Amino acid sequence: MTPRENATALPVLEIRSVSKRFGNLQANKDLTFSLAGGEVLALLGENGAGKTTLMNILFGHYVADSGDIFFEGKPLPQGSPSASLGLGIGMVHQHFTLGENLTVLENVLLGTESLFALSQKSAEAREKLTALSARFGLQVNPDRLISDLSVGERQRVEILKALYRDVRVLILDEPTAVLTPQESVQLFSALRNMVSEGMSIIFISHKLAETFEIANRVVVLRRGEIAGVFDTQATSEQELAHAMVGRALPKVDRPPAAAGGVVMALQGVSVRQAEETNLYDINLTLRAGEVVGIAGVSGNGQRTLTSLLGGDITASAGELIFDGTPVTNASPRRFIDAGVARIPEDRNDVGIVGEMSIPENLIIENYRDSAFQRAGWMQGQNIEEYSQELCGVFDIRGADEAQQAKELSGGNIQKLILARVLSKQPRLIIASQPTRGLDVGAQSQVHQRLLDAKRAGAAVFLVSEDLEELFTLCDRLHVMFEGRLSLSMPIEEVDIEHIGLMMTGKNFETHNYAA
Amino acid sequence: MMEILDLLFTIGFWTAAVRMATPLIFGTLGELICERAGVLNLGIEGIMTFGAMIAWMWVYQGGDLYSAILVAAVAGAIFGVLHSGLTVYLGVSQHVSGIGITLLASSASYFIFRVMLPNVTTPPKIESFEPLAIPLLSSLPFVGPVLFEQTVITYIAFLLIPLFSYLLYRTPFGLAVRMVGENPMAVEAQGIDVLLLRTVAVAFGSALMAIGGAFLTISVFDAFYFGMINGRGWICVALVIFASWKPGKAFLGTILFAGFDALQIRIQQESGIGIPYQFFLMLPYLLSIAALILISRKAAYPKALLVPFRKGER
Amino acid sequence: MRLERRQGVSLGMRLALPAIAIGVALAICSLFLLWAGANVGQAYFSLAKGAFGSRFALTETLTRATPLIFTGLAAAVAFRAKLWNIGGEGQLYVGAMAITFFGTGLITLPPALMVPFLFLVAVLGGGLLLLVSTVLKTWLRVDEVVTTLLLNFVVLLLVDYLLFGPWKDPMALGWPQAARIVEEGRLSSIVPRSRLHTGLLFALGSAVVVWLLMRFTRWGFEIRAVGHNMKAAQFSGIPVKWAVIRTAILSGGLAACAGVTEVAGTKGYLTVDISPGFGYTGIAVAMLAGLNPLGVIAAAVFFAGIYNGADSMSRAMNVSNYIADVITATALLSMLVCSLLVHYRLRRD
Repeated sequence: MTPRENATALPVLEIRSVSKRFGNLQANKDLTFSLAGGEVLALLGENGAGKTTLMNILFGHYVADSGDIFFEGKPLPQGSPSASLGLGIGMVHQHFTLGENLTVLENVLLGTESLFALSQKSAEAREKLTALSARFGLQVNPDRLISDLSVGERQRVEILKALYRDVRVLILDEPTAVLTPQESVQLFSALRNMVSEGMSIIFISHKLAETFEIANRVVVLRRGEIAGVFDTQATSEQELAHAMVGRALPKVDRPPAAAGGVVMALQGVSVRQAEETNLYDINLTLRAGEVVGIAGVSGNGQRTLTSLLGGDITASAGELIFDGTPVTNASPRRFIDAGVARIPEDRNDVGIVGEMSIPENLIIENYRDSAFQRAGWMQGQNIEEYSQELCGVFDIRGADEAQQAKELSGGNIQKLILARVLSKQPRLIIASQPTRGLDVGAQSQVHQRLLDAKRAGAAVFLVSEDLEELFTLCDRLHVMFEGRLSLSMPIEEVDIEHIGLMMTGKNFETHNYAA
Repeated sequence: MMEILDLLFTIGFWTAAVRMATPLIFGTLGELICERAGVLNLGIEGIMTFGAMIAWMWVYQGGDLYSAILVAAVAGAIFGVLHSGLTVYLGVSQHVSGIGITLLASSASYFIFRVMLPNVTTPPKIESFEPLAIPLLSSLPFVGPVLFEQTVITYIAFLLIPLFSYLLYRTPFGLAVRMVGENPMAVEAQGIDVLLLRTVAVAFGSALMAIGGAFLTISVFDAFYFGMINGRGWICVALVIFASWKPGKAFLGTILFAGFDALQIRIQQESGIGIPYQFFLMLPYLLSIAALILISRKAAYPKALLVPFRKGER
Repeated sequence: MRLERRQGVSLGMRLALPAIAIGVALAICSLFLLWAGANVGQAYFSLAKGAFGSRFALTETLTRATPLIFTGLAAAVAFRAKLWNIGGEGQLYVGAMAITFFGTGLITLPPALMVPFLFLVAVLGGGLLLLVSTVLKTWLRVDEVVTTLLLNFVVLLLVDYLLFGPWKDPMALGWPQAARIVEEGRLSSIVPRSRLHTGLLFALGSAVVVWLLMRFTRWGFEIRAVGHNMKAAQFSGIPVKWAVIRTAILSGGLAACAGVTEVAGTKGYLTVDISPGFGYTGIAVAMLAGLNPLGVIAAAVFFAGIYNGADSMSRAMNVSNYIADVITATALLSMLVCSLLVHYRLRRD
């Protein structure tokens, strides 16, 4: 059945010229579109395109810098989740807002009754909840603890929270990112039920197949702006992929690959663990003097892979071989000592100790070297000189005035981390989102550093959400999707639209990669 | 050994146990609600001390016993608001603020006491609560005298347990308190003021703690001694963890403890056993540590305990 | 309202911080004084005089500062690594017990060796006690605040037992005190006709050593990194568990040294009340010093002065000397707030 038949003419939601910026970053620029009653609208775009920001504005977590939003013809009071909730806008966040040690019923009930009420109307609530569950096909036991539920079940609770409050517009942020295929099917059937009762749905996704399956229309965002509004019946996957990633092919100023010996190889590696996405049968070869990149939307296993390569987690199956020696269960210390340099994704949380000084952060991985300490005494003079040198070479600005590393700007913190890892002539560099949040100038400096390292013979492994960056730096490219790695593709042979499609799960093949 | 078993069957023993459990019940439930809301309140020892002092002083200066309970509660709540202001609003370390509050409340108690009674060497006594026998119920065999010939505050403690559980588990307020200690973002998303909610919880908990302290002076010892809380506040902190933050288990824990405490006092008095009394006195503290060791590895801490909430951070 | 980090705090501001905190504390405590019916100006003047106003006052203050430097260092070292050691009091008494056991006749060495030996056994004792709580924290996730606190009570009861029982000095005419520390183990007086003894020099030396350790050695580097950001330290390959264990031995050992100074220096023998809460006051000392070992010296002297001055003020003006404890507690809380406001700005949302 096509939900389209139920779409009414009057727009339920109208967004006009909405803009929002965070410091240097223009997250949303001049966005305009509308949502009709009984319609499913998909919001498509890469990470950082601005989808979540816009939805947070709708839901009241943020206030737009400019522009208007109209809900059922009336202006929407911004910045207040209770106002948005009261009007009937509900949101199922990507990161659930659930209390683990409480039951389903309790999570749904929170905030629905006055805090001064003398008792909770649990019996009525339970009845209403059970009725909603049945009506929309979202089965879940009201008395179970959230901590006992699977991810799919937790999502159902999040949706029920919204339904319980009689929402008119439900926003779902990447809902199938955490679901199994069967659970996705159940979700879609529930969504169709909701739509048939007149609700409107905004469905944020990066997966093209689903978009065609569930949505009436698609709004594509790219770098904070609208790249196109399409009718799903009248468009194709190619057109959408093209809108998502754009045509601009970056100018390639890359030194040719002079691939040397194998530095690190992964053979048939799988990782099964609760916290992040699992990995299945990964085959990867990293060679000296070569930049290998992973394209893919965050959350498809990249974090697990970089943790694995840095020694933070261990493989459940398969082998890791570094320079011919198996290192499958080695500690992070061993990896560091062997010459693996890690540039972490959370540079502020994990990459630096913010309260310590810049020289101290520069030596934090190798403070035991005899240049920096002798018989326990830190060699202040040497450390200071080392720091001065690195700050100069890597152009870390603000280093003289800053007493603590956290006073540096994001770009300079990243340069500090790069300085720390690159100055040791590493054999393998694992870079995770190295230019996230950096301005263009800092970005190109980071790129240059990585290319210099490659020239010096290091193997570089780059995980990035930024396709342009990948095309600028990489010699070979893999795509990561749902814990699997695609075949390796030489950069000259791939085209950006093809990669865009693969990132959404289309045309994705995995083979045992033969070196 | 036989003497110990005999002890367990005497009315006197159990009456004492129930009496000794009373301050622990108030203290543990008070700390429980603070921690459920996500705030560790290490001010408990000091707040109990101050509650003990102020209730006694109120009666000594001519006030009646019932209003003394209220005065202690209000004093406790004020310290609670101070702790919350520092930790919830300003985001200062909960550990250090709590210890500071304990030091402040204790020293303020002693200072105020000394200023008002400068020259006393033996602490003066007041007319405290007499045991109040509940008609009919106190005639029940064994259970009668043990449970129903206690003082008013103990009866309040009996009522507190079901009321507290009801508050925490069956009212919207209790639900919000429990959620704010697990996932404050969920609470904020419902438009509830997280900081204010936490402050109310901490103030309420601190009021209970103060009443627990007041019990010792206006219901048991008739006088205010220096150091009379003697670590019971810290034991309550351990008991909360031991009870997995559940009021029902907390109650059982306090009875177990008090029973143990009563037992060691009785055993001391039996001349037959040659172990020095100090070792018996150590047992409650050592038992608390043992309980913590047993329970801590799998303890289901409220997820947002000790994590300051910064509005708008996502 | 929310807090926004300030960019770069000057050294001058950082040094002025404790002074501001003290000022606020004294202002708040003047309310207590007013309530007690005292003239605030007179009271504080009397306090200052009793603290620093005469040779006797000065030596008394410094004598009292000696154990506070040690317990302050203990708290500063531990808190830097986010190890919440509230057990300074118990560690102090363990140190005192250790030297009473070894130093009342069991082992006698020439003075140049005896005193260091006594410090050594004390450090081992105090370090081991804190290590118990630390191991429970690192391996079994048991909260160290509660265990260190509860152990204080256990230790005090043990001391009580020993002093009324097996260690009771038969020559003390019935008072519960242990035998005197042998002459070779005594900390000798450094200012004639006063109680000030070489313990002060050991304390000052320790503060400098701890400062050097934290600033200039590899272990200090690790402890600081772990204390500031455990995740980042772990990511960079720093052995976190060992850093915490080393911290525990150091912190417990320092607190135990306060036991040495009081038993082998000030008093000469162990009694139940050898410490009127030095362990707890040490926490206030550490906070006021901003967890800086050299700052601990100044903060310890300050608080010692307050306690000393309050004693003489209470005699002169009939205001309870508990005001000293009130000032200490208020200064601690005040320092917390002032530190925060120096590093963050309050902004209207």
